[in-house]
Amino acid sequence: MDFNDTPQEAEFRAKCRTWLEANAELKTKKTNSAKNMNVGNKSLLEAAAEWQKKKYDAGWAMIHWPKEFGGIGATPIERIIWAQEESKFNVPKGVYEIGLGMAGPVMMEYATDEQKERYLPPMAEGKEIWCQLFSEPSAGSDVAGLRSKAVQDGENWIVNGQKVWTSGAHFSDYGILVVRHDPSLEKHKGLTFFFVDMKSPGIEVKPIKQLTGGSSFNEVYFNDVVIPDSQRLGEIGDGWKVAITTLMNERLAVGDADGVDANEAFELAKKHDKDGEQLIDNNAVRESIADWYCEASGLKNTKLRTMSALSRGDTPGPEASITKIVSANKLQAIGNFGMDSSDMSGMLMDEESDFIKFQMAWMGAAGLRIAGGTDEILKNIIAERVLGLPQEARADKGLAFKDIPSGS
Amino acid sequence: MNLDFSDDQKLLQEEAKKFLTKEDALKINRAVMDSDKTFDQGLWDKIVELGWTGIRIPEEYQGLGLSHLELCVIAEELGRQLAPVPFSSSVYLFTEALIEFGSEQQKNSILPKLVSGDVIGTLAIAETNSAPNKDNILVELKDGKLSGTKIAVPDAEVATHAVVVAKNGDSVSLCVVDLNSNDVEINVQRNIDESRGYYSVSFNDVDAEIIGDEDSGWSNLEKIMDHGAVLFSFEQIGGAQASLDMANTYAKERYAFGRPIGSFQSMKHKLADMYVALTLAKSNSFYGAWALSSNAAELPTAAATARVSATKAFQLCSQENIQTHGGNGFTWEYDCHMFYKRSKVLSLNLGSLPSWREKLIKSLEQANVKL
Repeated sequence: MDFNDTPQEAEFRAKCRTWLEANAELKTKKTNSAKNMNVGNKSLLEAAAEWQKKKYDAGWAMIHWPKEFGGIGATPIERIIWAQEESKFNVPKGVYEIGLGMAGPVMMEYATDEQKERYLPPMAEGKEIWCQLFSEPSAGSDVAGLRSKAVQDGENWIVNGQKVWTSGAHFSDYGILVVRHDPSLEKHKGLTFFFVDMKSPGIEVKPIKQLTGGSSFNEVYFNDVVIPDSQRLGEIGDGWKVAITTLMNERLAVGDADGVDANEAFELAKKHDKDGEQLIDNNAVRESIADWYCEASGLKNTKLRTMSALSRGDTPGPEASITKIVSANKLQAIGNFGMDSSDMSGMLMDEESDFIKFQMAWMGAAGLRIAGGTDEILKNIIAERVLGLPQEARADKGLAFKDIPSGS
Repeated sequence: MNLDFSDDQKLLQEEAKKFLTKEDALKINRAVMDSDKTFDQGLWDKIVELGWTGIRIPEEYQGLGLSHLELCVIAEELGRQLAPVPFSSSVYLFTEALIEFGSEQQKNSILPKLVSGDVIGTLAIAETNSAPNKDNILVELKDGKLSGTKIAVPDAEVATHAVVVAKNGDSVSLCVVDLNSNDVEINVQRNIDESRGYYSVSFNDVDAEIIGDEDSGWSNLEKIMDHGAVLFSFEQIGGAQASLDMANTYAKERYAFGRPIGSFQSMKHKLADMYVALTLAKSNSFYGAWALSSNAAELPTAAATARVSATKAFQLCSQENIQTHGGNGFTWEYDCHMFYKRSKVLSLNLGSLPSWREKLIKSLEQANVKL
């Protein structure tokens, strides 16, 4: 056992590092703070575009993609090494991840060669931003229960309906979209997958105000939107199959919750006191921090086990599937702890104080426990895919979609 | 990056698993529970024959001269099948103490006999129902003679020797004692796990030989505990995995309300929680194994982290395995209780969960270790 790179990995890491040092600034404690939770203000968008272009020109934008689309055909372990190094620098995040992480792989697998040539390089370069249009007001965890309708009309499809929780829809150029083409078929069989120009007539984007007060997500309305059949990905009726590849990716890969962790709780407990006793000297506090430390350490070492498998060229085990469940719940607990440590004034927010990161963690964690697969859905996935337990009995099995009870 | 065991170590683990399955260690454990014995001599003899007691003992003392990592994979298998043998007392604690702190003469006289099975060792710490610390040890070493009573000493009946934590003037020392001496009185103490033996051991002016620096007894003990914490954590993840596997199999086979109980979300989420706890524990135990085998400065933190996670995982998995089995889980006939009891014994033997959380925080305060 050791924590060292292989010689090839070390060489690659040094290469990443050299380029990053020449083109970006290392994070400091200040740039690392939890401020600026909202994505989508103009300057961040510009900064992100500039950074993406810089990376693309130097071959770092999508290193695991084939050369013809702007990548360098990097191995999985090289991809991790790049991400590790990039994360140490103060660079804009949150604009391109959905498009490159979700839309990219679908286009790579299902688009025609001409389409790939047309769309993938600008996606990698950051010239065109992509979003993902899956969830609907009545289809969250049960996303296959979506109701947006597509009706074929010659060479085109006419789409009507509403999508929701679409990150970045307001600044996206294209989106991947799953809709229902035939409600007389069973739930999963009546779905078809497209990509759509977000500037198409009939598309209306409205921001959702989150409980944090910010708006990172949107509702997207489709009103007689015309999509050419040539933009269909996969066969008619294959929409679920196409969607599930990205969904599984999202549900298992939405990673570590950023923000306060055991160390910050530890530091805070040294600063606050109660009845003349430092919080860190309180037994209950010590036990809680010990447990959070063990969870954080467990996640870190789980990641290292996954990396070890990739480094050997093996397929990693399913261990990484625990990441979001553990980290989002830990974040919420630590956020609570932080505010409790200030007792009666714990609710007071001060932009200038470091303390606000506990409050932001507490608010953000409530969303993280839902985004990209709720705790409950993720546990179902672990139970079914890792432990092999049978599916829940379902009330919608074998029914035509239109006959499924919807409660409305 | 390689936070994993080598192919050779995995092969050794596979062989250990096959051996214990062939011997039917779980059935042997049940037989021990049903008898008035506290271990199984036949299984122990075979384990000695396989050389497992000498894994960490250098070749110059007739051992195999392997690393802690080989010991970790064996521990995981012993834990998975609840082998009722004095392995943990003798190998994780007594032998580790000898290797770490024994004088050349002590090593020469004892280590080869640990390999051959002529010596079985244990570690005697507790005296009262308060957590032991360097100020409440009363068993006393004076002029080379030991007096006083230890309790909850594991495997004392089968053990030939013990390392004993003793008050020595103003400090605490570790000493080695021959348990076969006439002035040692050993009495079995009833405990929650009928497949393990715990004893009170009274010393009445017994010859004792100091091991390690005589003033560093307590810090040396803490070091042995760190070693033990990592090694026991592998027994614990082995037991936790076995408990999860049992629950998983049962949830697929048992029907209620016309469907397998494993199809109910309440059961799936329970089993997923077990998987999450086990995965965290396993990853932390791997980290502990690295720290132990490389003698890293982080060992106190890594050992406590492994210990806390593994204790939580085995306790959760074994208790929820009973819950998954419903009424059957509460019977003597089903194996669930054997894991439940072992999990609690393992969570107490080196100090309780709260004690190890405290050790973890202390190590963070001292080392200022960051994640």
